[in-house]
Amino acid sequence: MADGVQVTGLNAWFGARQVLRNVGLHAPANGVTALIGPSGCGKSTFVRCLNRMHEVVPGARSTGQVLLNGEDVYAPGVDPVMVRRRIGMVFQKPNPFPTMSVFDNAAAGLRLAGVRDKDTLHEVVERALRQAALWDEVKDELHKSGSSLSGGQQQRLCIARAVAVQPEVLLMDEPCSALDPIATAKIEELILDLKKELTIIIVTHNMQQAARVSEWTGFFLMGELIEFGVTRDLFTAPREKKTEDYITGRFG
Amino acid sequence: MKRLIVNRVMNFLAGAAAGLVILPLVLVFGFLVYQGGSSLNLEFFTHMPKPVGEPGGGMANAIVGTLILIGLACCVGLPIGILGGLYLAEARDPRLPWVVRFLADVLNGVPSIVIGIFAYTLVVLPMRRFSALAGGLALGVIMIPIVLRTTEEIVRLVPASLREAGLALGLPNWKVTVRIVLVTARAGIVTGVMVAIARIAGETAPLLFTAFGNRFWHSGLDQPVAALALQVFAYAISPFDDWHRQAWAGALVLISMVFLVSLAARLATKGLQRQTR
Repeated sequence: MADGVQVTGLNAWFGARQVLRNVGLHAPANGVTALIGPSGCGKSTFVRCLNRMHEVVPGARSTGQVLLNGEDVYAPGVDPVMVRRRIGMVFQKPNPFPTMSVFDNAAAGLRLAGVRDKDTLHEVVERALRQAALWDEVKDELHKSGSSLSGGQQQRLCIARAVAVQPEVLLMDEPCSALDPIATAKIEELILDLKKELTIIIVTHNMQQAARVSEWTGFFLMGELIEFGVTRDLFTAPREKKTEDYITGRFG
Repeated sequence: MKRLIVNRVMNFLAGAAAGLVILPLVLVFGFLVYQGGSSLNLEFFTHMPKPVGEPGGGMANAIVGTLILIGLACCVGLPIGILGGLYLAEARDPRLPWVVRFLADVLNGVPSIVIGIFAYTLVVLPMRRFSALAGGLALGVIMIPIVLRTTEEIVRLVPASLREAGLALGLPNWKVTVRIVLVTARAGIVTGVMVAIARIAGETAPLLFTAFGNRFWHSGLDQPVAALALQVFAYAISPFDDWHRQAWAGALVLISMVFLVSLAARLATKGLQRQTR
């Protein structure tokens, strides 16, 4: 059943320091859920808990339940590698593999998972690059190094790399914070396209961006989810005083 | 005014010191060309040593022997050095890496003749004969700490974000390490290997009682083998003028090999800088 990501009672720690407290929310399938809040409020940790990337950091741990289309990501016996195949991720800074060409970057997920067939790879790379709205710009220079592209193109290449393995969910951790407004607009457009096929959760510092691209928004503060609701309601009629203070710019 | 003069003097002194660094190499190289250049011809590379008194002859067997020894040393030094370096860079628990790092630095400082004794005890004594294998082992052990520490340092330079990108793509940890981290660090590791090869190519002491030297083509890895450095040593302490000239030429070939390998290492590093910017 495709009902997106359902989180209940999520706690996370770095060593002894608790960075997430009892967070629960539901990011519905084929929708965009935005997470906002000041730096250090736990947004990034939250998304990294969803694809079990949080536990990669030494000393980090978490408790709680994360259901991915009904299946518990933290159930005993679940391989984090399989979880990450189903939940893709795009990072704050574009991080294409520098030794690989544009083509190889987009094909990396499949190729390193053992897919060899050239036709399949070509097909997947073209589809992914089209989905990432990058195909027309790079189709004649697929052999060029991934790091030779501009910052905005690199980030779209990273999106292509993530969607090439056809994940069910795409996590985006401040994907536009290193990009200029034009590149940002392209990525936002892309988000609206991508949500037809997958569930998107995006962390952003930019409240206008949250308002533009998302249907649901969650506001984090000091490791707690203060408010979660329909984006328009949260921005126009917040239920919580803290949310109102934040979105009106009284702090943060 | 005084400040200006002090500045000029210090500038000059620093520049002169920097210039002095290259002086020994230039002198050595020039002297080798002067003394050995005349004996260096095609025959030197293609012919065997001639008996005393007969003019001509070359060191073909020693050149090949040195290459064989380097190859054997790489079989020992590269897998241990590279995998170990990878472990030092990636291990989560810092205790074992700390010990290994410290001991590797100690090993790096051990006189090479002591490492020769090690190979002698381990290989020559049980086999009851000198052999290329023993020489290769001694040189390989010398390579290990150099390759180990360069690999570690280069792998550490690979940005953590690349590792995260690989993990987030649903790749198992070992695949990320081998196919992404190691590949990204490739050029730097190659440099480390080249530096290590340049270092061992001219080693003489550890070969004295392992590879031993051989005036003929080697007849198997379990037999004594010639090496340029050994041949140069043997010829240099001989009483014959003819052999002295050959020793000079051998030294010239050896230093040229080291020069070329170092140059290759430099070019490989250039590639790395372009990649990681």
